[in-house]
Amino acid sequence: MEAIYLDHAATTPVHPEVLEEMVDVYQKIFGNPSSIHQFGREARKVIDEARDALGRQIGTEGKNIVFTSGGTEADNMAIIGAALANQEKGKHIITSKIEHHAVLHTCQNLEEQGFEVTYLDVNSNGRLDLNDIQQALRDDTILVTLVYGNNEVGTLQPIREIAHLLRPHQALFHTDAVQAFGTIDIDVREAPIDLLSLTAHKINGPKGAGLLYVREGVPISPYSYGGEQERKRRPGTQNVPGIVGLQKAAEISAESILPRMDTYFAYRKILLNTLEKNDIEYKINGDPDHFLPHILNLYFPGTNVEALLVNLDLAGVAVSSGSACTAGSIEPSHVLTAMYGKESERAKASVRISFGYGLSTEAIQKAAAIIAKTVKRMKQ
Amino acid sequence: MIYLDNSATTKPYPEALETFNIVSNQFFANPSSIHGLGGLSEEMLKRSRTQAAELLGVKPSEITFTSGGTEGNNLAIKGVALSYSQRGKHIITTEIEHAATYNAFKQLENAGFEVTYLPVNHKGRVNLEDLKKACRKDTILISIIHVNNEVGTVQPLQEIGEWLKEQRATLFHVDHVQGIGKVPLNLKEYGIDLCTISGHKFHGPKGTGLLFVRGGVSLSPLFSGGSQELNRRAGTENLPGIAAMVKALRINLETSKRHLDDLKCLKNKMIRSFETNDDLIIHTPAEFSAPHIINVTIKGIKAEVLVHALEEDDIYVSTKSACSSREGGASRVLLAMGIPEDEAAHAIRISLSLENTSDEIDRFLDIFNKKINELKSVMG
Ligand SMILES: Cc1ncc(COP(=O)(O)O)c(C=O)c1O
Ligand SMILES: Cc1ncc(COP(=O)(O)O)c(C=O)c1O
Repeated sequence: MEAIYLDHAATTPVHPEVLEEMVDVYQKIFGNPSSIHQFGREARKVIDEARDALGRQIGTEGKNIVFTSGGTEADNMAIIGAALANQEKGKHIITSKIEHHAVLHTCQNLEEQGFEVTYLDVNSNGRLDLNDIQQALRDDTILVTLVYGNNEVGTLQPIREIAHLLRPHQALFHTDAVQAFGTIDIDVREAPIDLLSLTAHKINGPKGAGLLYVREGVPISPYSYGGEQERKRRPGTQNVPGIVGLQKAAEISAESILPRMDTYFAYRKILLNTLEKNDIEYKINGDPDHFLPHILNLYFPGTNVEALLVNLDLAGVAVSSGSACTAGSIEPSHVLTAMYGKESERAKASVRISFGYGLSTEAIQKAAAIIAKTVKRMKQ
Repeated sequence: MIYLDNSATTKPYPEALETFNIVSNQFFANPSSIHGLGGLSEEMLKRSRTQAAELLGVKPSEITFTSGGTEGNNLAIKGVALSYSQRGKHIITTEIEHAATYNAFKQLENAGFEVTYLPVNHKGRVNLEDLKKACRKDTILISIIHVNNEVGTVQPLQEIGEWLKEQRATLFHVDHVQGIGKVPLNLKEYGIDLCTISGHKFHGPKGTGLLFVRGGVSLSPLFSGGSQELNRRAGTENLPGIAAMVKALRINLETSKRHLDDLKCLKNKMIRSFETNDDLIIHTPAEFSAPHIINVTIKGIKAEVLVHALEEDDIYVSTKSACSSREGGASRVLLAMGIPEDEAAHAIRISLSLENTSDEIDRFLDIFNKKINELKSVMG
């Protein structure tokens, strides 16, 4: 039995066209982009084209794009880089309690190095309050780093409003757009964003490729040293096929944002309708108005998440309890805990369903029926 | 086409690409996901790790997958320095390291560490006596490149390792990026604690690499996030890249077992031909050098001019190391060997792989000699 994969927020299958293009590059354009001969120049040309195309897609120029090995590296580079480059102006950083660990642990790491970090609360929908940000801002705040769309519950933050609020302040604004990219249009000019991270493997691109957008003139200290690649911001021979794969995946996802969103809305409806038809008690974890349509996080009162996941898996539905990086641990999700409190049952009885490439209405119907049946059985 | 710039990067093996393709398609799930598909990916990751460990003669838990040589060197050097700084703040390296090591040390120097840069002789070799003199009670790390990427000199790692074994407090890191498959290195016997290799230098994918970290060595990670790679390297694993790299490693080491002597013959053939030409100054030492790198200066001919002239005949060599080939000026490595500046500024590097054939070298030598005569008559 082929499992129905509903864990696209953890990672996605590579789009066949992306893979084809990458393999082509592997075979034909294998030169080192720093080499001065034709092989090198060819390789440099394709990565610079990718740089320009990706830049255009988020409203900037190619020269403001730094290629990385993924979202985690981009987040680290942004946060550590901005903190170290600006520490003369202050040592205070603002983030939230619902960030991905790539951001949270990096901030904790900076705390150990003498920076002070404010972890903002969110409401029970996982949304930040602009007033809280305003109040947390201090003269010595140098960086505000907030996730664009949360990876566990899908809640979108008021990024544009936050960016405008921060405008008169010296603090740089970084957003982790790893989940949001490819699902919603992102323009770094519209909401003045200084730093933005994204990764290819969440949008049907390859693993091991991501980027950091760095607004022109924003200083970041490199955390790694070596050759002069990426305008001295990120040393190491570039992953040329990976970069091309990232660009191709971004291009494909940009072409189809609207129809894909409609499809995901339809999938949500099928799932929720099926649960209702079967009298399954559930609640949506997240924000009813501001959310990423590919993520649906559901609370099933009276169930135990681990048992639920195992049984769903056996029945052929692959979903998860939260972020994949923490899924291995039994600790309750820090995101749900931030939304509902330490004592809440919700963190122990919720699953994340996430949609993506390769699904069909039939597959969703089948998965919905399995989920309804499994939840019902588990509650007995 | 005769590609003789294999120290910059290599063409991936078709078998490695096939693995990349298969794993991309069949093992796309996130190894951290707890569902069945995630389990399959985790299994594949484990298999790759075990195989890599067997190939290197170490334990699976001693392998950390990275995004390449630069990251490996930075992780090893900074990871050790930060983790052991309580014990001491003196670290040692050489004057002929790759930029990834050299600049990581420069950064640590700025951060308050004391660095000794060991000199080399005219062959590019360090002297054990110099190391003994430099080593102190508070020396926590010594990092040495096994095979230099510009001239091919091989360092006396066995001697150094054996002596270092008695200096319990000092950890030993080796940049083996150029040596793998070309000059055998026994990690356990030589007492090596950390060792970096990079996939794209042995016909694996770009953006892949691994760091050997001996059991018991503690490492402060370069970036924070999820708990992948035993907490040493956060970020979703590039599983297709990892599997393809391990495949390439296996093929490369097997090929090396059978054809290393052939490679040595090819190099000797070139050296013999070069020796008969009075216009050539060979910088690669006759003994203690790797079988795949030759560095020469052609009197009166600019390196770039020759590189481009050879390119007209579809032959690819390079000036110095690829990452620094866009910087002007003489090579730091050649200067450290005591080579006069004007000679050092005009050196070219010819670098072979186990895939090059005797015919290719004959043709190369033919064209090379012709080009030199042509250029000399133009200039003269
Ligand atoms: C919101 C968010 N940020 C960062 C990351 C890390 O990205 P990567 O896995 O490419 O390192 C992820 C996914 O793992 C994510 O969902
Ligand atoms: C000796 C040596 N160390 C480190 C590196 C860096 O490896 P990577 O390009 O994979 O970052 C290279 C090659 O560029 C090298 O030749």
